[in-house]
Amino acid sequence: MNIVFAIIAAVTIAASVAAMSLRNLVHCALALALAFAGLAAAYLQLGAQFVGFTQLLVYVGAVAILVVFAILLTRGSEPPQQSVLSPGWLAGIFVTVAVLGVLVYAISKSSVLQHAAPAEAQATVRQIGEALMNKFVLPLEVVGLLLTAALIGAVIIAMKEEGRK
Amino acid sequence: MSPLAGYLVLSAFLFAIGLAGALTRRNAIIVLIGIELMLNAANLNFIAFWRFSEHPETLTGIMFVIFSIGVAAAEAAVGLALIIAIYRHYKTANVDEVNSLKG
Repeated sequence: MNIVFAIIAAVTIAASVAAMSLRNLVHCALALALAFAGLAAAYLQLGAQFVGFTQLLVYVGAVAILVVFAILLTRGSEPPQQSVLSPGWLAGIFVTVAVLGVLVYAISKSSVLQHAAPAEAQATVRQIGEALMNKFVLPLEVVGLLLTAALIGAVIIAMKEEGRK
Repeated sequence: MSPLAGYLVLSAFLFAIGLAGALTRRNAIIVLIGIELMLNAANLNFIAFWRFSEHPETLTGIMFVIFSIGVAAAEAAVGLALIIAIYRHYKTANVDEVNSLKG
């Protein structure tokens, strides 16, 4: 448990709490970007450089900006008139605390923590590229197909339905 | 606390925060953000288990996270397009007011 991990964990948790609790939705999106950046730092700390920079590119660069666009298109930047919480929020908090308790209990009792960790784990881009082109080439193609379908589907869903009216 | 336990507890907290947001907020965009946070908590678990596994050279955790990020990006794009379409129809992004099929 070193100081770098403590800083990364504190920033990530504080940013995600802010993303879930602020009233202004644009502030929520900015806090979300900070939480994603904190996770990318955690990946770098764990020695997964490629995944860390992919996280920065995809989440901070694309998903957070997409969320900001959606908030502005749905006029979410205007301050809400009523409460931001749904009527059943107390039950939601109860379920969340129960889930967190079960998870922390399972982690504390886990036998996985007894194994000795290897001193150094490295995943170079060369290794990842060779694995993607040999062992994982079929999933790679399927993800490409999925992204194409999602691109077309998102455009069609968000398109104005003028012909039907 | 061992390093692996630290990362697992961090991931559990992120998952719980995302779940709380998805269950208690009214705005559909915040619900989607909460689901994204839960997906990221799962990704952090994969990377932590890969780093502290006995055979990190097989790269299984890394590969799972790379594909998971790709699928999550597609999910975010389609989900936000659906929210925009719902907003255009109902003039609201409040999940409690969107309560009829073929409205």
